Amino acid sequence: MNDASSTHAQQQQAEASRYALLLDWGTRIGLLALVISFAAYLFGWLKPHVPLEQLPGVWSLPVATYLERTATPTGWAWLTLVYKGDLSNLVGIALLAGCSLPPLLGLIPLYLKRRDYAYAGISAFVAMVLVLAASGILTGGH
Amino acid sequence: MLKLPLSALATLRQGWTIGSLLLLLAIPAQAAENVANVSTLPWWFWPLALFVTCFFIGIVAVPAGIGGGTLFVPIVGGFFPFHLDFVRGAGLLVALASALAAGPMLLRGGLSSLRLALPLALLACMSSIAGALLGLALPASMIQTALGIIVLGIVTLMLMSKKSEFPYVAQADRLSSALGIHGVFVDGASNRTIDWQVHRTPLGLALFLVIGVMAGMFGIGAGWANVPALNLLMGAPLKVSAGTSGLVLSLVDSSAAWVYLNRGAVLPMIAVPSVVGMMLGARIGARLLHVLKGSVIRKMVIALLLFAGIRALLKGLGLWV
Repeated sequence: MNDASSTHAQQQQAEASRYALLLDWGTRIGLLALVISFAAYLFGWLKPHVPLEQLPGVWSLPVATYLERTATPTGWAWLTLVYKGDLSNLVGIALLAGCSLPPLLGLIPLYLKRRDYAYAGISAFVAMVLVLAASGILTGGH
Repeated sequence: MLKLPLSALATLRQGWTIGSLLLLLAIPAQAAENVANVSTLPWWFWPLALFVTCFFIGIVAVPAGIGGGTLFVPIVGGFFPFHLDFVRGAGLLVALASALAAGPMLLRGGLSSLRLALPLALLACMSSIAGALLGLALPASMIQTALGIIVLGIVTLMLMSKKSEFPYVAQADRLSSALGIHGVFVDGASNRTIDWQVHRTPLGLALFLVIGVMAGMFGIGAGWANVPALNLLMGAPLKVSAGTSGLVLSLVDSSAAWVYLNRGAVLPMIAVPSVVGMMLGARIGARLLHVLKGSVIRKMVIALLLFAGIRALLKGLGLWV
């Protein structure tokens, strides 16, 4: 391995380590939140928005009909009902779906320091797409 | 006394294991025949059956070398009473959780390349949002039919595609050179240090646009398409392709999962037992990797996918409801 490829390999290792560390913690926190909230839902510690006994009657319906029948909110409006057993699970799910964001943002200063503007831009764009998807603006969730 | 050679005993033991797995996977199929009577079953029956099914899918998915999401949607969509909208939402979360769990280890081990993954993930993320929106807008029967066709396509791909451990890339293309997409990894099996580079990057980017649409529309993850695209088309080494595919999946499935979440298509009672069951099964699957014969498991998974694909196709066409 020559000097240039050795430097390239070291740089890639630094990027990978930072990304892995942030992703690892995000995933752990998300999974922990998911397991705790599901236990609270399953054992009735938190009262669900849709009673458990009614689920078999609605889970075979298309999502639009399900939402109408159960008066379940869309977009981020579930946060207003986060104390309900079933909707509290969405905290863990949202954490898992969003846990790639901190590692992506963590890469940007690393790339900028190295004047690797192309990858700083790509990381920022990927992060932006995730934020747009989460916001519900693109999806009409609000 | 009849003496069986050790290899025959091992084959018998494996056959028994595989047969048991197949039978367990068939439980929900038999129960689903009485979907109309679902109200007579206690509410916990289906989530429990889902957990057990996902646990076994997790076990076989690892040795078969495919993502759990690829098996999850056709099997659960075909044999459980849940609407396909919720199954796809859960499928994306299953694929996402698996990719997230494996991601850090693969990155630290040098098997996953951020420089290779990020440009591909950018396009695939955008198209997966479009795919998810399209999937939620189209009628379930049309999605079910298309899913059947896609799954049968995956079966064909699994049967036909060849893999190249270290593809020969004579010269990196201009785009990958400009972006610095190359790297070094140490192959644990041979203890060799491998310098790799890629070619056909523009074509790869275009392909990942299509892969993103499919991942979002069907919720099946996309490892089955990512690995051949990275390995056979772009020329990345097989292990780097598999590792990088997981990283791309974690980003693509995140963006599509947000669409399902925002549209209310994530039912915790379906999603959580699936994610937990699959992750527990995958841990056992990883341990069994050395005990079970990968090729035998792969054949079994192909047979299972073939059955689930035909079921999805016929269900979508209204021939086997």
